[in-house]
Amino acid sequence: MRRLLWPVVVLVLLLALNVFFTPSFFSIQVREGHLYGSLIDILRFGAPLILVSLGMTLVIATGGIDLSVGSVVAISGALACLQISEDASVFTAVAAALGLCLVLGAWNGFLVATVGIQPIIATLILMVAGRGLAQLITDGQIITVNSPAYKVIGGGYWLTVPFGIIIVLGVLAITAFLTRRLALGMLIESVGGNAEASRLAGIRARGIIIMVYAFAALCAGVAGLMISSNVSSADGNNAGLWIELDAILAVVIGGTSLSGGRFSLGGTVLGALIIQTLTTTIYSIGVPPETTLLFKALVVTAVCLIQSPSFREKAFRRRGRAAPAGPVAEEKVRVTT
Amino acid sequence: MVTPAPVLTMSGIGKQFPGVKALDGVDLRLLPGEVHALMGENGAGKSTLIKVLTGVHPADAGTIELGGAPVAFGSPLEAQQAGISTVYQEVNLCTNLSVAENIFIGREPRKRGRIDWKRMRARAAELLSRLELSVDVSAPLSTYSLAVQQMVAIARAIDIEARVLILDEPTSSLDADEVEQLFRVMRRLKEEGIAILFVSHFLDQIYEISDRMTILRNGRLVGEYLTDRLPQVELVAKMIGQELAALERLHGEAKVFDRPLVEARELGRPGAIEPFTLTIHEGEVVGLAGLLGSGRTEIARLLFGADHAGTGEIAVGGTPASLRTPRAAMNHKIAFCSENRKADGLIPDLTVRENIILALQATRGWTRPVPREQQDELVGRYVKALKISPPNPEHLVRNLSGGNQQKVVLARWLILEPRLLILDEPTRGIDVGAKTEIQRLVAELSDGGMAVLFISAELEEVLRLSHKVEVLRDRRLVAELPNDDELTTDVLMETIASGGRTS
Repeated sequence: MRRLLWPVVVLVLLLALNVFFTPSFFSIQVREGHLYGSLIDILRFGAPLILVSLGMTLVIATGGIDLSVGSVVAISGALACLQISEDASVFTAVAAALGLCLVLGAWNGFLVATVGIQPIIATLILMVAGRGLAQLITDGQIITVNSPAYKVIGGGYWLTVPFGIIIVLGVLAITAFLTRRLALGMLIESVGGNAEASRLAGIRARGIIIMVYAFAALCAGVAGLMISSNVSSADGNNAGLWIELDAILAVVIGGTSLSGGRFSLGGTVLGALIIQTLTTTIYSIGVPPETTLLFKALVVTAVCLIQSPSFREKAFRRRGRAAPAGPVAEEKVRVTT
Repeated sequence: MVTPAPVLTMSGIGKQFPGVKALDGVDLRLLPGEVHALMGENGAGKSTLIKVLTGVHPADAGTIELGGAPVAFGSPLEAQQAGISTVYQEVNLCTNLSVAENIFIGREPRKRGRIDWKRMRARAAELLSRLELSVDVSAPLSTYSLAVQQMVAIARAIDIEARVLILDEPTSSLDADEVEQLFRVMRRLKEEGIAILFVSHFLDQIYEISDRMTILRNGRLVGEYLTDRLPQVELVAKMIGQELAALERLHGEAKVFDRPLVEARELGRPGAIEPFTLTIHEGEVVGLAGLLGSGRTEIARLLFGADHAGTGEIAVGGTPASLRTPRAAMNHKIAFCSENRKADGLIPDLTVRENIILALQATRGWTRPVPREQQDELVGRYVKALKISPPNPEHLVRNLSGGNQQKVVLARWLILEPRLLILDEPTRGIDVGAKTEIQRLVAELSDGGMAVLFISAELEEVLRLSHKVEVLRDRRLVAELPNDDELTTDVLMETIASGGRTS
């Protein structure tokens, strides 16, 4: 598809940059029955972001936004680790954590669809309160667990493939099925594209909106399990910190408009991979740590600019001059910082 | 009596928007101390003319003279400083601020750099007493009714040394007493020599308050008239654009309608439409005639559950029904093609196919997708039957022309096989060919037993298609006329103009 052209180009450029600095970048080996390599690492460490971004895509497609996913990531990991540290089975712990996430997501959806609060405010409530909730669960400490079964979620392997990648593929498949094989995707795009016309066409938007917020929280919950499982501990303060901004960015890079309507799951996955590759690149080409965030911001700005058709038009017309940032691009940059 | 020199003269005003000629050679003159009504249907160019006058849009052609000197305003602020004040339909005040603050916002009286609150309140009270209004000027504006808010807006407008006051539909949200109060104020300002340009859809009000009127139609000037020399029938004819072509009625033989499908009894919604009683039979085409803003769309929206009814009840097929949501109406097989297809009909980002199956999919819920073969079959059939062009179902609907977009919305409802199809202005803004096709389709559908509620600003069209015509005026259903040989556009216009009182 043409609209995925630029994200693909950017990803390829980033990968090429890595190969230039690290010639062995593309090599993938099997060590001790596990796949190893930089590309595998990008997928493995990018898995939580991809999950959160998938949920965010559907929320944004309805014309909303979910700022609370980072806090939900923390809550999910915290509750699971607390349960395990209190000798609950891993299954119970995971079920309890995901159950709580569903409830929290449904709460967001209730505030947006039934009460009618603007999405950015409605989810801001849980973004702030959720951090507190996570700290309540962990009692302000970092809970460390020692459970090989729990460790599998974020750090394990299955048929040589990191388990996190398998989870992402599974969630992606389910999401694609629900939205593209069933009619959910069309109804979401319809509600996001024109809410009043959708109502007059008989679509019950309320249920759909509650569902997508619940789904976004569920995805964030799984990501939270992955993150805490990978380090065998739960940190209410820092787990998933700012991941909502990366996720929003991934969705936008993937070609889904913040104003709602058409969405692209493939684009979102690409967007999340670009962000993760960028993080990896920063380390591998040796950008000084104190300039990391600045470097990331610059690259993201460039990515957003190159995707904007009106900017490309301007840049071609005024070749040779310093490229001024268009208003659209500035808007996007604000999201990243 | 010597006619005083006009305070404002606009001549030969032209304004082009992309794809539309909004104004073409329009003249307007305002005399001091008169209420001048600007008349025309929606889209006739009234708002554009006001916007050109107040500097919102630059004019492409023509000149504006204020007090004899040519002027060209770059912004509403410049116009205001020159003495042209505007009060818009939606009161654009800050309801959270006090009455006095609203009047003096941006130009508060100051004393040594700080706001002189005492003087501000005193002057506000003085201004309002000039409008025969005594309210607590330090109370928040939100504590007062819309009518008072309107007065406050007027007070602010006239305090700026106004020579011309533009009132754009100030009465649309006021009740009768409030309108009377507004008119008292207007007469008072008139005596002070202010020229008032008044826009309203209510003909009675126009005849009560205005001295002179300018009529626009399709962006062109129809003429300037003295209000008491122009009978209402002629006004309506001039606004609509009379065409006395011989009418070919699409319904030949008289049909007998004895099976009521939808019966509304005393159905109404405060502020939108007075309670009305209406029965639609199976296979019957009911036309709604009336000027824009007379309550036609409001009736349609109530029957479809798009708005909640405040009073009355409704029965479908003889049993009482509750139509609280569009979905509930759809379950009773009622369909509604709205007047504003861009805002209320289409999902521009979706394809023709998706837009067509949207309502069907909505009734099935997201878990039971319409199978792709069935989609293609249904969409293909209607794309062909309605001659939707380009005949590519995967085309984005936003790229279609207006007439084809209208057909897409129509197809969306036809695949549901409704028993009552409500069409609100289905032929507006579309070309003649598509118009005839849609008219023929309506006739065919009703022959097949479907009831149709047909709303159109074009009386000829209503007459051609309808079995009976409901006449609306000022948000009231004033008459029900069987469509027999005696019914002509003249009779209809007469009924609209007189409000059904004489006939």
